Amino acid sequence: MSVASETWAWLTDGAQWSGPSGIPTRVAEHLEYTGLTLVIATVIALPVGLYIGHTGRLRGIAVVSTGALRALPTLGVLTIVSLHSGIDLTAALVALVLIAIPPLLAGAYAGLEAVDPATVDAARALGMTPWQVLWRVEVPLALPLLVGGFRSATLQVVATATIAAQVPGPGGLGRYLIDGIAVSDYPRVVGGAVVVIVLALVVDLAFAALQRLSTRRRVSTPDRARLEK
Amino acid sequence: MTWISNNLDLIGGYLVSHLWLSIVPIVLGFFLALPIGWVAHRVPLVRGIVLSTSSVLYTIPSLAFFAVMPAFIGTDYLDPLNVVIALTVYAVAVMVRFVVDGFASVSPTVLDAATATGYGRAGLAFRVQLPLAGPVLLAGLRVVSVSTVSLVSVGALIGVDNLGRLFTVGLLTDNNAEIVTGLVLVVLVAVVFDALLVLGGRLLLPWSSGPRTARTGVR
Repeated sequence: MSVASETWAWLTDGAQWSGPSGIPTRVAEHLEYTGLTLVIATVIALPVGLYIGHTGRLRGIAVVSTGALRALPTLGVLTIVSLHSGIDLTAALVALVLIAIPPLLAGAYAGLEAVDPATVDAARALGMTPWQVLWRVEVPLALPLLVGGFRSATLQVVATATIAAQVPGPGGLGRYLIDGIAVSDYPRVVGGAVVVIVLALVVDLAFAALQRLSTRRRVSTPDRARLEK
Repeated sequence: MTWISNNLDLIGGYLVSHLWLSIVPIVLGFFLALPIGWVAHRVPLVRGIVLSTSSVLYTIPSLAFFAVMPAFIGTDYLDPLNVVIALTVYAVAVMVRFVVDGFASVSPTVLDAATATGYGRAGLAFRVQLPLAGPVLLAGLRVVSVSTVSLVSVGALIGVDNLGRLFTVGLLTDNNAEIVTGLVLVVLVAVVFDALLVLGGRLLLPWSSGPRTARTGVR
């Protein structure tokens, strides 16, 4: 049998679709990693990104540190934290949060920077406090880029969560790949890979729809033309 | 430290293969993305197709991509070629956006002036558009370089020797020094590549004043 037909047989086997090591459970675990990571990363990156975008301070540090974070090999971070953290989710979450921070941070400060300074001045002239300027003018106008950063972060986490199965924890969809490779069960490896790819594409499509919504809610047409360029 | 001095040959071997597994996809990706991006820049229909395909390709998790490669191209499951080809595809997917942006950043007035002074289509592409798109291309190349160097280490999970082995083996044998060595070396390779690219940019593009920052990473 060819790889394709063996993989198809693996994917359509009823045993794969139920139980604690079935695909639905693994997808749920995968999304659990993703969700937890995004919550933690957002709590860290969003305030910092908004502060940088709003005040224009610390921008240089943010650019350099996000660049440095990108150079860190995730597998290395994963293994080193795992070596010192024991048998819980810590290693996977630390490694994944480090991946999610750069796009979230960049989306936040680039989004605020893209807001026309004249608009901000006008809002201030109308008597808005700095908080009002931030939440009622800058953030709504920056929404497409904020959502873009969130989309980018989510996709990278969904993709990278695959290697979390290398360290202790429920494992998610990477279980199929890493365990399959260990015992040379290639239909399982390819089948697992197909499921991860489909999951990533579905998440991406969902975000594309969300991003369209966030752009459609724009205030005025000239603004839209400028920002969508 | 003793672990490092006892295993210099092993580390050196992994370093060399890590370098090759990174350089080949970066270089191939760049040169494949140039013509694709140039056509995409000129033909709006192609641009739509190329940009949406590239974003779909980039959503594929690297480990999954390495693993399905043999099913597509008939290689052996442990063949390093799986890693090289998958990383080249990623490199093209990222780079092509920068090529399109780079060509679009060249002012139409400059193109008109060049045409008026007698440049043909090829001369225009190679001697006007390409150099002027240079800073944006360089920014793209830096993004591709840093992500490729980091992704190569994932190849260790499908049995391809490189610095990533120090992570997988270090975890199995509870060897802190081994993992730290791997981390430091991978980051060092990424930093050296980036410095070389910036230096190359200064030499080849002396007119672009000051370093341009890479795009924000928002896709």
